[in-house]
Amino acid sequence: MWPTPAEWQIVGFTLVACALSTLIILPFGLAVAWPLARYRWPGKVLVETLVTLPLVLPPVATGLLLLKFLGRRGGVGRFLHEHLGLDIVFTWRAVVAAAAVMSFPLLVRSARVGFQTVNQRFEQIARTLGAGDARVFFTITLPLASRGIIAGIILAFARAVGEFGATIMVAGNIPGRTTTLSLEIFETVQLGHDASAYRLLIVSVIIAFGAVWLSEALMKRSALR
Amino acid sequence: MKLEIRRLSLRLEQFALEVNTDLHNARTGIFGPSGSGKTSLLEVIAGLRRPETARICLDDQLFDDTVRGYSLPIRLRKIGYVPQDDSLFPHLSVRQNLLYGTDGKSKRDTFSFDHVTSFLQITSLLGRDVRSLSRGENQRMVIARALLSAPRLLLLDEPLTALDAGLKKSILQQLRSLHHEFGIPMLYVTHDPAEAIEICQEVLILECGRLISRGNPLELLS
Repeated sequence: MWPTPAEWQIVGFTLVACALSTLIILPFGLAVAWPLARYRWPGKVLVETLVTLPLVLPPVATGLLLLKFLGRRGGVGRFLHEHLGLDIVFTWRAVVAAAAVMSFPLLVRSARVGFQTVNQRFEQIARTLGAGDARVFFTITLPLASRGIIAGIILAFARAVGEFGATIMVAGNIPGRTTTLSLEIFETVQLGHDASAYRLLIVSVIIAFGAVWLSEALMKRSALR
Repeated sequence: MKLEIRRLSLRLEQFALEVNTDLHNARTGIFGPSGSGKTSLLEVIAGLRRPETARICLDDQLFDDTVRGYSLPIRLRKIGYVPQDDSLFPHLSVRQNLLYGTDGKSKRDTFSFDHVTSFLQITSLLGRDVRSLSRGENQRMVIARALLSAPRLLLLDEPLTALDAGLKKSILQQLRSLHHEFGIPMLYVTHDPAEAIEICQEVLILECGRLISRGNPLELLS
C-alpha cells in the first residue's frame, strides 16, 4: 500500500509546484482583493469579471488560452523565450502557471471577504496614533483580515493540487517532468493500474485533509489572538 | 491652546453641522443630546471626516483649509483620539497597544511609559489579554495609548458611557488632573451634565449641528 519512489516523486513535485504557485499569486491576490474590497473605481466590474473568469470557464478552455499566451508564438511566451531564453509550455513552469491561474479567483474572493470584515475604525485609530498607510496596512488591516486570507491561501493551494484540465492543455503529461498527482491518477486508471491509482487517491485524501485541518487550526489561532 | 474652527460645514443625515468658533481653554466640553453632531465635530478635527468647508487651526498648525484644498494627514495632526466604542486593537497585546503610537522613539519624561501607566493605574493590567479587560480598564488603556503618542490635543468622545458610577468617578478624577499632569488640552464630548461640570472649564452646547450657547458649565448646566 505504500507509494513507490516514482509516486512519491509525483507527490513531491505536485506539492512543490502548488506551493510555489500559491506563493506567487499571494501578493497579486492581495493587491487585487484590497481595492476590490475597499474602493469604487471605473472598470471595477471588468476586473471582478476577469478575476472570476477561470472559476467559471471550462478548465480546458483556460488551458487553451494559456497555451496561446505562453507558447513560443504567443505574446508572453515569445517575449520570455527571446529575451530570457525561458520556455513555459510543456515544462514544470506551465504546471505552476496553470495552477496559479486556476486558483487565483479563490484566493482573491476569500481575501476580499477578509478585508471587508476589518473594522475600519481600527485603521482610523492607528492613523491618529501616527501610523502611515503602509504601517496601518501591515500592522492592522492585514492581521485583522488574516482569517479570510489564510482561508484563501488554503483554498487556492487545494484547488491547485486538484488542477487537471488547464494543466494537461498547457503542460501535458510528461513523466518525470510535468506529471502531477491528478494527471497520474487519471493515467493509472486509464492504464488499469488500480493499485497505484488507489495509493495516490489515499495520498490525495491525506493532503486535502491536512490542508483543511491546517486551515481550521490557523483560523482558530488567528481568532484567539 | 488655541483651536480655531472657521466656517465649518458638514452635511449630516438630518442636518448640517455648522460651527464657527475659537477654543482657548485647556478643558473644554462639548455638550448636547445624542445625534447633535458632537462626534462628527471631533472626527472633523481629528481628520477622520472631510468637511465641505472649513478652516481649522491648532495653535500655529493648519489642519484643514478647504478654500486652498489643504488637509493635513491624520497621522501628522498629533491628536489623541479616544472614541466611545472599544478601540483597542484586538490582535495586539495590551503592551503592544499602548506602544503603538510611540513608534520606538523615546518620549519626554512626561510621556514615558512608566509615568503614563502609573498615572492611570494600569500597571497591573499590562500582562492581561485585551479581551479580558473590563469596559473601564479598556477605556483607561485607550486614554493611556493616546497619551503615550504625546499628542498636542486630546479628543475624548463620551469615554465614560456605560460605566458604573464608582468607576466613572475614579476615571473622572484622573481626567480632571490629566491636563495638570501632562499639559495636554482636551475637548471632552458628553451628554451628561455632571461629567461636564466635573471636568470642564468651559462648555459649548451643540444642538442640531449648531452651537447655541457657551460658558461656565456650572452656570449653564446645573
